[in-house]
Amino acid sequence: MGTTVKKMLFILSKATLENVYAAFIMANGARMEGIEAEIFFTFFGLEAVEKKKLEHLHTATVGNPAMHIPTLLGGLPGMEALASNMMKRRMEQMDIPPVGEFLEILSDSGVRLWACKLAVDMFKLKEEDLVDEIEGILTIGDFYNRADMEGTHIVFI
Amino acid sequence: MEKVIANIPVKVNEQGYLLDFSQWNEDIARELAREKGIVLTDEHWRIIRYLQEKHKADEPLSIRGIKKSGIIPIKEFYRLFPGGPLKVASLIAGIPKPKSCL
Repeated sequence: MGTTVKKMLFILSKATLENVYAAFIMANGARMEGIEAEIFFTFFGLEAVEKKKLEHLHTATVGNPAMHIPTLLGGLPGMEALASNMMKRRMEQMDIPPVGEFLEILSDSGVRLWACKLAVDMFKLKEEDLVDEIEGILTIGDFYNRADMEGTHIVFI
Repeated sequence: MEKVIANIPVKVNEQGYLLDFSQWNEDIARELAREKGIVLTDEHWRIIRYLQEKHKADEPLSIRGIKKSGIIPIKEFYRLFPGGPLKVASLIAGIPKPKSCL
C-alpha cells in the first residue's frame, strides 16, 4: 500500500536556477507526500544557501541545448541575465517562490538542510555566511549516515 | 469503489478520497481523521472549512498558497496533519487531492 519511498536525500552540487529548483521542488514534494527529505549543499550548490548569493542565481545559457539559444550567442554579455530574469518571471507567474522564500518553506516543512564541510572550507565560508535554515555542516560520511531507514534514496543533482 | 465510513456508504477513489462532496459530513471527517491517527480539534476544523471554501471557489491549493493566505503557519500545518498536510487535510475535508507540486 502506497509508496515504498520513505526518505529522500538530495545532494545539490550546482547552483543554476534549474538545478536548485529541481532539488527544492522534489524535496518539498516529498514532504507533501509524508516522505522525509534532506538536502546536502556541496560545491557550487552552496551558493543556493549563501546569504549574499541566493537571490542572484542564474540559469545556464551555454551548454544547455534545451534553451534553444545557439552556444555562441548564449555566451554574449547579458544573455544569462536576460534568460534568468525571464525564467524568474515565469516562475513567479506559476506561483513558484523565490529561492529565499522557498528555503523558508522547506525548513518549515521539516526538510533538513546541511552544508558540505569540504566545500565550506574550500570556498572559505563561515557558518554566518549561510542562511539560518542550514542546520549544520557535515562531511559526506555524516550525510550517508543519515540514510538510516529502509526506503531511503540518494539523488545527486 | 464504495466504502462504509461512519456507517454511511460513500464513493471513494483508490486512494480513499471522496468522489462526491455532497456525501461528506462531519462524522465522515472524524472517521477519516481517526484512520490517520488524528483527533479533530477546532484548529483542524478551521483548516478543513478553509480548504472546502477554496475548493468550492475552484481555487487551486498549494503549500505556498497556504503560507501566503496566512491561515496557518506551514510548521503548524505539518504538526496538525502529519504525513503530508495538504493531502491528508483534503482527504478529511472530502475534496480531491490537490494536483499541485508545491
